[in-house]
Amino acid sequence: MKFDAPAGANPIDKLRVVGRPTDRIDGPRKTTGTAPYAYERHDVVPNQAYGYVVGAGIAKGRLTRLDVSAAKSAPGVLAVVSTLDMDRLPLSKMNTASLFGGAEIQHYHQAIALVVAETFEQARGAAFLLHPEYQATPGRFDLQAHEDAPLVGGSSGEGSGGPKLDRVGDFDMAFAQASVKLDQRYTTPDESHAMMEPHATIAAWDGDRLTIWTSNQMIAWNKRDLAKTLGMSPDKLRVDSPFIGGGFGGKLFVRADSVLAALGARAAGRPVKVALTRPLIFNNTTHRPATMQRIRLGAGRDGRLVAIAHESLSGDLPDGKPETAVAQTKLLYAGANRLISMRLATLDLPEGNAMRAPGEAPGLMALEMAMDEMAEALDMDPVRFRILNDTQTDPEKPGRPFSQRQLVECLRTGAARFGWDRRKPRPGTVRDGRWLVGMGVSAGFRNNLLQPSGARVRLDKRGTVTVETDMTDIGTGSYTIIAQTAAEMMGVELDQVVVRLGDSDFPASAGSGGQWGANNSTSGVYAACVKLRDAVARAGGLDPDRAEFSGGRVAAGGRSIRLADAALHGDLVGDDRIEYGSLAKQYQQSTFAAHFVEAAVDGFTGEVRLRRMLAVCAAGRILNPKTARSQVIGAMTMGAGGALMEELAVDKRRGFFVNHDLAGYEVPVHADIPHQDVVFLPEADPVSSPMKAKGVGELGLCGVAAAIANAVYNATGVRVRDYPVTLDKHLQRLPELA
Amino acid sequence: MKPFTYERADSPAAAAAAVARTPGAKFIAGGTNILDLMKLQIETPTHLVDVNRLALDRIEDIPGGGVRIGALVRNTALAADRRIRKHYGVLSRAIVAGASGQLRNKATTAGNLLQRTRCPYFYDTAQPCNKRAPGSGCAAIGGISRQLAVIGASDHCIATYPGDMAVAMRVLDATVETVSPDGGTRAIPIADFHLLPGDTPQKENALRPGELITAVTLPAPLGGRHFYQKVRDRASYAFALVSVAAVIHPDGSGRVALGGVAPKPWRVDAADAAMKHGSRAVAEPLLAGARPAGDNAFKLPLAERTLALVMSEAKAA
Repeated sequence: MKFDAPAGANPIDKLRVVGRPTDRIDGPRKTTGTAPYAYERHDVVPNQAYGYVVGAGIAKGRLTRLDVSAAKSAPGVLAVVSTLDMDRLPLSKMNTASLFGGAEIQHYHQAIALVVAETFEQARGAAFLLHPEYQATPGRFDLQAHEDAPLVGGSSGEGSGGPKLDRVGDFDMAFAQASVKLDQRYTTPDESHAMMEPHATIAAWDGDRLTIWTSNQMIAWNKRDLAKTLGMSPDKLRVDSPFIGGGFGGKLFVRADSVLAALGARAAGRPVKVALTRPLIFNNTTHRPATMQRIRLGAGRDGRLVAIAHESLSGDLPDGKPETAVAQTKLLYAGANRLISMRLATLDLPEGNAMRAPGEAPGLMALEMAMDEMAEALDMDPVRFRILNDTQTDPEKPGRPFSQRQLVECLRTGAARFGWDRRKPRPGTVRDGRWLVGMGVSAGFRNNLLQPSGARVRLDKRGTVTVETDMTDIGTGSYTIIAQTAAEMMGVELDQVVVRLGDSDFPASAGSGGQWGANNSTSGVYAACVKLRDAVARAGGLDPDRAEFSGGRVAAGGRSIRLADAALHGDLVGDDRIEYGSLAKQYQQSTFAAHFVEAAVDGFTGEVRLRRMLAVCAAGRILNPKTARSQVIGAMTMGAGGALMEELAVDKRRGFFVNHDLAGYEVPVHADIPHQDVVFLPEADPVSSPMKAKGVGELGLCGVAAAIANAVYNATGVRVRDYPVTLDKHLQRLPELA
Repeated sequence: MKPFTYERADSPAAAAAAVARTPGAKFIAGGTNILDLMKLQIETPTHLVDVNRLALDRIEDIPGGGVRIGALVRNTALAADRRIRKHYGVLSRAIVAGASGQLRNKATTAGNLLQRTRCPYFYDTAQPCNKRAPGSGCAAIGGISRQLAVIGASDHCIATYPGDMAVAMRVLDATVETVSPDGGTRAIPIADFHLLPGDTPQKENALRPGELITAVTLPAPLGGRHFYQKVRDRASYAFALVSVAAVIHPDGSGRVALGGVAPKPWRVDAADAAMKHGSRAVAEPLLAGARPAGDNAFKLPLAERTLALVMSEAKAA
């Protein structure tokens, strides 16, 4: 199905099943431990051996020696695969650093060996017998030393793009002449996805055919890229990933677990399972790169922006890509004169890549703090300042409207619900005992991305509708919204729908990334259901154009039959995919939010503790308010981590992220998260898809950290522009406690 | 982990003898620290002597005042004990400020005293660390040191002692009771139990080979108000940036110890003597000679401010 004109009325609009806060259909399996994750799939193939990945102990140089003899003769060891045994494996499209092969070390904890043994403990024990020797060479590890890095444009790998240099109007002139100006620098640190389930894979060969049971967000990418890395035909590879314990972008790509499970299984001559240990996840896999950002804003006394400049520097390995922290600034606010640019430094730290809302998450951490500072400079309420500078068209292309844009409504609704009028504009003036209390606001913005997505829907003689697509459920609720879509389209109840996901033998979907999963995958199911409806009507001798599907029946022209009866003589199948025309060019499609936060700062110790959080989101039709809310509160929690504690600490001499476990890399715990409130504004976006939906999984994160930092500033009067906002950065400038 | 042998001891002296007998042997109780370290081959015991079945899990009143806490009393039980809560509130508060409920259910009194540093370089076996591999150097000096020691460290090691419980015990003047492989016993004042690194950072406490902790005793109750203020970025389940254990009497006199700043719970007599004169007067002698490493210099003002917080709470009472 080609979607190239705005959607009219369609069967989804009934909202009999779609749009309801249905419980997760996979919930009982999750809560009873019967939804197996990759490492626990003991039943898929017998005789599984255990692989343990060894990471390099230097950041850059060469591996000169790896003594496999002792490890090979250790108890239980079946095979040792050394990176010195083979040439560097081919790089797939989505990888920057080599995953295995050859002596060159590009980053710390790059995989240099896999030990395969009968038990995990034997494999791990033997791994310590390898005694790697290196020839280290100096590396580049300090982003601050590369402020003059070259201008580089690019995309994040999750669809968020930015130019190397874009100019609209005459920024320099407008900024120079502006009545009120801001010119500030902001930094965001390297961050880790820190998902609960590690990267894990079981691999089994059958002749030259390979099956991997893994944990991956993008099955079709994984199949293409793993085949390329291993030098095999994708036709001979099957990838299966039905349940995923979190990804956040860390599992978009092929990583060392699947490559080494495959190599280990070949070397050991039997199936091998591999999970990356927690320390390896931080330096062996990808992370969100640090940024240094400069923002200049110029406005008239009336508060209208006349000049906006956002420049961002990030770093990555050679041939890597920039963190697109300027992406949202192209679209979020009006202003005739604009300058946007990105610089990319070459660093020898581990590979930077997409993490939840790549680009916008760190970009808004800076931009929305700058907006808070500018509002203060204008002596204007920060909600009002943002409303004043709203735009309903693409600021770079005024003839191009937003398909939907309810940022102003998000801000107004949120301000009323949060009690924003109780905020004291003068910072550092509200006390609650020893606590300094403040409120902050931020706009949230993330683009809506359209990706082709396929599905196959089958009706059998029991009236059961089975959906098959390689779409993944990374904890988001894909199973449930896909079931809701099929139930709505076929006029059946949810319990008559079976959803099977994550298998590369199923039609390729959009996958889970860039908050595009919900809208695109359900649109693919919609397309397949349109085909199936047609087949059902024809099988029942009914006019497909007039057929109505409800109550497990299809009716047209005064006749009605049971769906099950239509399939009495064989299953009926609808197989199709959604593809998109040029609507995304004609209309800017984005999602919007307003985040409000109340924070308290201990006047003695400077510790920051959140009190209340509110997100108001406008993101098209919300397919399931319950799973969508879960997405948003999870994202708000991640935003709290980014604002207050998450930072991969770079050892700039030795070139690695030092705090590589969950004791050192702190993410929020329950005690950090106060009352969270989420509101979805009514919206249906016919330009987006037949589902009229968008996504919320990344929107919920975008802007949260800035709202927190702004609340902390309102509490203390101390502006911290380097994330995370930890107590050491404002401790000695806190107001005196009376 | 490396393969190891295992036995279960049936008396404290037999346990001590078993460890003394076998080179490379270690005790195991709750296992909340040593098992993690064994997985990483930071600890590589050849033999584990399980002391969990020894009858050292009671809290008893000592005639004439004070309590004896068995070495195997779990953190959860100790923090919840009525006598501890009533008379030694600083200890109860320190324990519940640490770790998680699950860990406190397993962790023992003796094991908690012996928990090892959380210096990230200690945990990464590819990095030099004089504590883990004596003579290899210290990667933390000049590296990421935000969590590390500002006082009491050396040119060989700047690791902190990470615990909370021992900081409270230090302020209470606890005594560590032990049994030796020959059956002899001794009592080690908590002040002398943890060692400063000097040029032997691998030696962290006063225990001799095979010597087993059997109990920790607390002297008669001190009275006063008890405080344990733990400062951290995350609201729970994090090691202290700075912690303050204090007992403060109505006249402002009292005693104080710091956690998170040194290789051992940090207490200075002159600081106790200055308690009546405010946080600055206490902080000065308490932190005299501090040598912050760079990105942990904030711990000095933070310690003083946290002291001020505790003193202000004491006054408000």
